[in-house]
Amino acid sequence: MATLCKTISSATRQASKLNQFSRLLSTTQRCNVQMAVRDALNSAIDEEIERDEKVFLLGEEVAQYDGAYKVTKGLWKKWGDKRVLDTPITEMGFAGIAVGAAMAGLRPICEFMTFNFSMQAIDQVINSAAKTYYMSAGQVPVPIVFRGPNGAAAGVAAQHSQCFASWYSQCPGLIVASPFSSEDCRGLLKSAVRNENPVVLLENELMYGTAFDVSEEALSKDFLIPFGKAKIERTGSHITLVAHSKAVGLCLEAANELIGQGVECEVINLRSLRPLDDQTIIESVMKTNHLVAVEGGWHHCGIGAEVVALIMESQAFNYLDAPVLRVTGADVPMPYAKTLEDLALPQVKNVLTAVKKSLNIS
Amino acid sequence: MVPVEEVQVLHAHWSSDSITGYINPKFYIDTFSVDRVPCQDPGLKQESKQHSCMMLSSFRFVIGRSPTNSWILGLTQGCNMSTATEMTHDVVPYKLHRLEQGPDVQVKCTRDEAIKYYKQMRTIRVMETTASNLYKSKIIRGFCHLYSGQEAVAVGMEASITPDDSVITAYRAHGWTYMRGISVKGVLAELTGRSSGCALGKGGSMHMYSKNFYGGNGIVGAQVPLGAGIAFAHRYKGEDSVCVTLYGDGAANQGQLFEAFNMAKLWDLPAIFVCENNGFGMGTSAERAAASTAYYSRGDYVPGIWVDGMDVLAVKEATRFAKDYVLKNGPILLETATYRYHGHSMSDPGTSYRSRDEIQEVRQTRDPIGKFSELATSSGLLTKEEIKKMDDEIKKEVAAAAEAAKADPELPPEELYSYIYKNPPANIRVRGCDDTIWGATK
Repeated sequence: MATLCKTISSATRQASKLNQFSRLLSTTQRCNVQMAVRDALNSAIDEEIERDEKVFLLGEEVAQYDGAYKVTKGLWKKWGDKRVLDTPITEMGFAGIAVGAAMAGLRPICEFMTFNFSMQAIDQVINSAAKTYYMSAGQVPVPIVFRGPNGAAAGVAAQHSQCFASWYSQCPGLIVASPFSSEDCRGLLKSAVRNENPVVLLENELMYGTAFDVSEEALSKDFLIPFGKAKIERTGSHITLVAHSKAVGLCLEAANELIGQGVECEVINLRSLRPLDDQTIIESVMKTNHLVAVEGGWHHCGIGAEVVALIMESQAFNYLDAPVLRVTGADVPMPYAKTLEDLALPQVKNVLTAVKKSLNIS
Repeated sequence: MVPVEEVQVLHAHWSSDSITGYINPKFYIDTFSVDRVPCQDPGLKQESKQHSCMMLSSFRFVIGRSPTNSWILGLTQGCNMSTATEMTHDVVPYKLHRLEQGPDVQVKCTRDEAIKYYKQMRTIRVMETTASNLYKSKIIRGFCHLYSGQEAVAVGMEASITPDDSVITAYRAHGWTYMRGISVKGVLAELTGRSSGCALGKGGSMHMYSKNFYGGNGIVGAQVPLGAGIAFAHRYKGEDSVCVTLYGDGAANQGQLFEAFNMAKLWDLPAIFVCENNGFGMGTSAERAAASTAYYSRGDYVPGIWVDGMDVLAVKEATRFAKDYVLKNGPILLETATYRYHGHSMSDPGTSYRSRDEIQEVRQTRDPIGKFSELATSSGLLTKEEIKKMDDEIKKEVAAAAEAAKADPELPPEELYSYIYKNPPANIRVRGCDDTIWGATK
């Protein structure tokens, strides 16, 4: 509890620039506690290490450096070398070691400093972790969590800005989650650690400093968010906006602006990419008749593409008054220059364009 | 009777009931009959009717004087009875890397062990030959990588580890699967994809598992970091177990191996890394793929031992040494020099990159089973008749397993969707090939 209060007060200090989010989260239970995303992750890891002696954390700089993005701050000091390990810069090797440890009954949390580096290790994630339970006909489960920041940061250019949501969520055998809020982070990370299957948790570096209201429930040590269940962040009746991770915030900002034009958006935070909560999207579209899918990653074979396909194949198709539209990252490797970077990533105005096109308003 | 004497046989000719020759320079025995006498030496193995013991280069037997003062050999030589209870064998010397001392070059083997090792190696050989035939009849599909020729590695290593130790290997895994407790039928039926296979037919040749045996891995080299991770888990849990992590000479150049060696050494992981060097990565010889073929030294700061992988007793002793070493000192690397008779897999005849003569020569002069049976018979641990009997039993057992592997059914269609996730949430449905097909999963 003392740790939590310290965490919360440090988060509150950052809250000023980020209070907008608490006003937008209309369905979050009202409370006075604010928590930054990095502290949500930190507290979740801390509590899970405490709860189960088989849980341990490994990755580059997670221990003595307190984490490249300070997500794991204080954990090594508290838990020591056995539970929090610094690895050499050898993703394929340490991801493989983590998977082997999981096969042999431990519950590793394997951090990739960013998911861009996970490509070095992707064979271990897919061929060793995701598929082994199936190939062994249930004899070898792999209860591992791969976590780390995914997608664009700020000014880090092409090799450090890719979104891997599509790549990982395509593969059966993996569970893939993409949290938006602090509550999402706590609940999804805890569920991930306790799940018997390999989970890929796609965080977002730009969100680490963002503070959110957190409910009493979300602060409890056993707060779990189930996989495959989306959250309606904001109800509305005119159009549905569906997104994951940081793009949820973009949708909420757009929704805020559209209030002035009398348009009420329903904003769905997917939370899980695999399994994907198609039911929530379908029901929402049946209500609003319009859908825009928003994401930070590229359009080609992206999450939005999957959303469009699932709507086409569902009963919601008959309820559409306009085609489903997508707002995505531009189809380019990420440039460095600020102006170009802003043009490469979806902005509020792109969401507004899509909404207005869908609703046929100006 | 005079007390037992240990004598040196300089030259002897055995027949079923007589021995001719010099037992030591002083005594020349000119064909005399052999009597049964009670065994006087407490060091000799006592059996109810006959007794004897024999050593490789010297014979020790009871000598007594009959009441008529003639020598009586207390030795029974019979067609169906082996004569020795233990032998000592000198192995090809090990090569050591960063080790002051290595395994023993003299290895003992008891009669019971000889029976066990022979049976195990022979079973693997017959099982693999059977798999080869099933593949040629198109009853096994896809990949099939045979272990024939390499049996001494799996059998020798298993002899020095316990079921609490872990093993992980690559795709040439059938022999290891058998050694780790899966029946011949479990292996063959998995190869034919039947539900009686050890992975219900879901894995196939390269994905067989059992307790503390983690496959069976299809991606070259990926099993090595996995093995280091399993060793990590043993140490984390405070167990006195090791993980034997095998790979081939082809995989030995993979970067992830060196990443695994680095962390294993840094963290003192109880890992025995084993390079099963059969001379070829698919069709590329070791010399054409590796700038250094001294695989046992490629771990650099990880100590290494080169072992004659065609000698089951050498492998056994090296493994005993390695396990003992690793539990105290962290990782070690064994290179077992071995050979595979078949091609890389069933789609490779194995003769475009090496000559038939070479393969023949190894079969005739270095075959692990042939060499071991010669050793066992010449030292009296086993007789040729016993070996023949074992061969016949094994042939029958494997044939029966093959019949089951051909006749058993495959899994029903709904099992396509099972074992994707452990404890999946209720009501999750898995999509089939069109949007009308949805399977329940478990």
